[in-house]
Amino acid sequence: MAKRIDVSGLTAYYGSHKAIEDISMTVEPRSVTAFIGPSGCGKSTFLRTLNRMHEVTSGGRVEGKVLLDDEDLYGSGIDPVSVRREVGMVFQRPNPFPTMSIFDNVAAGLRLNGSYKKSELADIVERSLKGANLWNEVKDRLNKPGSGLSGGQQQRLCIARAIAVEPNVLLMDEPCSALDPISTLAIEDLIGELKERYTIVIVTHNMQQAARVSDRTAFFNLAAVGQPGKLIEIDETERIFSNPSVQATEDYISGRFG
Amino acid sequence: MSTATVTPKGPSTLRGARLPKWAPYAIAAGSVAAAIGVGLAGGLHSRVQWGLIAALLYLVGTYGIATAVEGKRQAKDRIATSFVWVAFLLAVVPLASLVWSTVARGVKVLDVYFLTHSMGVVADTEPGGGIYHAILGTLEQVGLATVIAAPIGVLTAIYLVEYGRGNLSKAITFFVDVMTGIPSIVAGLFILSLMLMFDMEPFGFAGSLALAILMMPVVVRSTEEMLKLVPNELREASLALGIPKWRTILKVVLPTSIGGITTGIMLSIARITGETAPVLLLVWGNAFINANPFEGAQASLPLYIYQQYANSAGSGAAYDRAWAASLTLIAFVMLLNLVARGIARWKAPKTGR
Repeated sequence: MAKRIDVSGLTAYYGSHKAIEDISMTVEPRSVTAFIGPSGCGKSTFLRTLNRMHEVTSGGRVEGKVLLDDEDLYGSGIDPVSVRREVGMVFQRPNPFPTMSIFDNVAAGLRLNGSYKKSELADIVERSLKGANLWNEVKDRLNKPGSGLSGGQQQRLCIARAIAVEPNVLLMDEPCSALDPISTLAIEDLIGELKERYTIVIVTHNMQQAARVSDRTAFFNLAAVGQPGKLIEIDETERIFSNPSVQATEDYISGRFG
Repeated sequence: MSTATVTPKGPSTLRGARLPKWAPYAIAAGSVAAAIGVGLAGGLHSRVQWGLIAALLYLVGTYGIATAVEGKRQAKDRIATSFVWVAFLLAVVPLASLVWSTVARGVKVLDVYFLTHSMGVVADTEPGGGIYHAILGTLEQVGLATVIAAPIGVLTAIYLVEYGRGNLSKAITFFVDVMTGIPSIVAGLFILSLMLMFDMEPFGFAGSLALAILMMPVVVRSTEEMLKLVPNELREASLALGIPKWRTILKVVLPTSIGGITTGIMLSIARITGETAPVLLLVWGNAFINANPFEGAQASLPLYIYQQYANSAGSGAAYDRAWAASLTLIAFVMLLNLVARGIARWKAPKTGR
């Protein structure tokens, strides 16, 4: 299931503005990789290039290579829709579909892809909700609208929706920034369980969170406002937080900037 | 700090003198009474003048009394509130009087017989007859216009919001704006010129085409606004699940905004239902029942109202029929609005637990 991601020489633009420049890294399968760095340094942009969501933004384009187990996501003839089925995504703000019930939200990916058997649907929904640690809270109200859940529950619903289509990689863009500490803990525990089966990449502003959940951490920074963001270093999380090889990383982590 | 400039205001500086709650009503009653007095004394016959004098007295009175009792700032607040109320009444009074006179004069001949019979051989000056043929004509013409304009309008809006970039979408937006400003008679003349080119007789569908021209830009505009209200996060959530764009639009964007889109379509239907000019040019009117919109002249409600009034030659029966038809038309449009509201509420994204 889980696949390795190899990025080499990746540069992304918004129109003529260069958002990130020349990023190369490897994301190991069955592990959690965290991206940290100041706001505007291109963490989210980089994350969105990994499932071709960057080009959804008007003017968004990408140069370079992203290999998903030896297949270039930006190669010719690659269908972005198929890429997104392999590489799922969870967003900063919980965004369940407001017109759909809890059940339909989880089933949405399969139904709208047309790739499911009717008899399996209920099983898949149950398995996904259990996988997102939400089943016990919602099993009696699967037909109620998803927007009636609390923020933390909605975010877990979105995770269930993302894993229902069985992606190989799960990208998370600050999944806990809109949540309280208890919901955050629930999601972090969930990430720990999910990494047994998926490759997980998580963007976070919370350095404790990065230290808690991730195996490897990448630090991004930008030289100045308006300059493109760059990857400063990527290493084992333990090393990044105890003995980083670049001074800028240590400054950022210890709270000394500039 | 000199305390000499501060005038003592009593025990608390937070509590100033306030007009009692009934003060605005008292001022209103007083100004109405004064206006009646002025009107009678000055020999003004028009009730409208009385009303305007009352409104003016109310504004001046409110400001004066509030300044004297409460101070300048509160007086400004009061006068702003009064302006809003006066403006509201000025807008509502004509509307209420219109509805009142239509109902009062319309109910005289409005009955089941009136709704289920055509004019047939009843002469315009005689009593009797009905509007069945006109209702039928209106329903068919407006229905066909909707069938043409609603899909084109909605699809155009989807293109503009979801796909449109660059010059083509700018051009479309511009022409939609231009179309919004087309006078209905011009739309009618446009279709009429085509009809004359092909040497055709008046028929209902020609009216539908002109009405569709008038309806389309309204549908585009309202649908566009509704689609823009759908949060981008929902589109991204759907795309990130590996759902193709067209299915995202069909299954996520449209269901989220369907309530608003339907309301917009209903309101644009209400707008074209009252159009007279293009129908007059293209459909002509017909005293008999013609259920076929593709052949022969048809009637329609606004046209019927106009013709009854124009051909009445002072006959009371024709006037009564015109008013009754107006009442029917207003009731029909109001019904459409209610249905639109009902659909909007029913289809609104649910938030309940």
